Amino acid sequence: MLQRIYDWVDERMDITPLWRDIADHEVPEHVNPAHHFSAFVYCFGGLTFFTVVIQFLSGMFLTMYYVPDIINAYESVMYLQSEVAFGMIVRGMHHWGASVVIVMMFLHTLRVFFTGAYKKPRELNWVVGVLIFFVILGLGFTGYLLPWDMKAYFATVVALEIAESVPVVGEMIRVLLAGHEELLGAQTLTRFFAIHVFFLPGALLGLLAAHFIMIRRQGISGPL
Amino acid sequence: MSEKEHNVSRRQFLTYTLTGVGGFMAAGMLMPMVRMAVDPVLEVGAEGDMVAVADLDELTEEPQSFPLNFEQDDGWYEAEIEETAWIYLDGDDVVALSPECTHLGCTVNWEANEDEPERFFCPCHFGLFERDGTNVPNTPPTEPLHRYEHEVRDGTVYLGRPQPQV
Repeated sequence: MLQRIYDWVDERMDITPLWRDIADHEVPEHVNPAHHFSAFVYCFGGLTFFTVVIQFLSGMFLTMYYVPDIINAYESVMYLQSEVAFGMIVRGMHHWGASVVIVMMFLHTLRVFFTGAYKKPRELNWVVGVLIFFVILGLGFTGYLLPWDMKAYFATVVALEIAESVPVVGEMIRVLLAGHEELLGAQTLTRFFAIHVFFLPGALLGLLAAHFIMIRRQGISGPL
Repeated sequence: MSEKEHNVSRRQFLTYTLTGVGGFMAAGMLMPMVRMAVDPVLEVGAEGDMVAVADLDELTEEPQSFPLNFEQDDGWYEAEIEETAWIYLDGDDVVALSPECTHLGCTVNWEANEDEPERFFCPCHFGLFERDGTNVPNTPPTEPLHRYEHEVRDGTVYLGRPQPQV
């Protein structure tokens, strides 16, 4: 049945080359754990992407219940966590997944570094990778405030103090992030929410696309 | 032994197992999220409490509107809601009608239209209902006004939630 639907579309659209181009490619021996088990270190990039996908999905579902408002944010998180079926699981996936992304990304960076995969001609991909690193850190930073509990609030108080310690423009950066000259309040929460669910994920998608297009264009770097 | 002698080829076997395992993992990942999203559909409606609305001796044969106050749970948000009910006596029986027009949900009023005495009138599309809530033919509403579940205890009228009459 599925085969016949596929054939029907393929006959008209010729879609086979489209996915072949993406999915069908040689995995060199030196990155295949079936040949050398130590090649599992090459999985960390893919694992990072996999966890990012989980973050996107669980985050989308969480916004069905979450409100970025200082009166209701904490209440809505408590509600989805304690009243909604599997809400605790989905929030748990997003919470723990956030840490897993950082760990996987760090391991991926180590592998790229120690195999020297960042060297010519792949310097640009390293640069894009570092940008992805900052975007992920930004997601962690902005997401931390959203539950609007004591831990979230005071962690962000400290983080904004750190931002303020930057010479010359520090004060400006703090106001830009907080959305208010003195307070960390209602406007900070909506601002962090917007950055967390629209701006950074958008940037992340673009950067990931660039990262993957470059790796397909240049191929995986050779064995040590 | 050649591949041909097997009912299931090596390639097919791998395809099945990998699809199965992959499908199982994807399902394990998506199930909690989907279950969370459909939770409002599967939620069992809570039985509403009966609310004291009026004293029995306040009621007459003429429909009067009484306020109906209750606490509404809306997820993480609790609100004090005030509804109204049109209540009158039909012999010894208490009749409590919802003022919500069954056409598109505007609010009806008793004898609000001077040309239509003894009827509920909806100002939005001129819907009309008889005293017992029956919709008047050839006006927009297609079913009678909903009736509140009611109960009389110690001379006080308690109302539940409005129920369709058909």
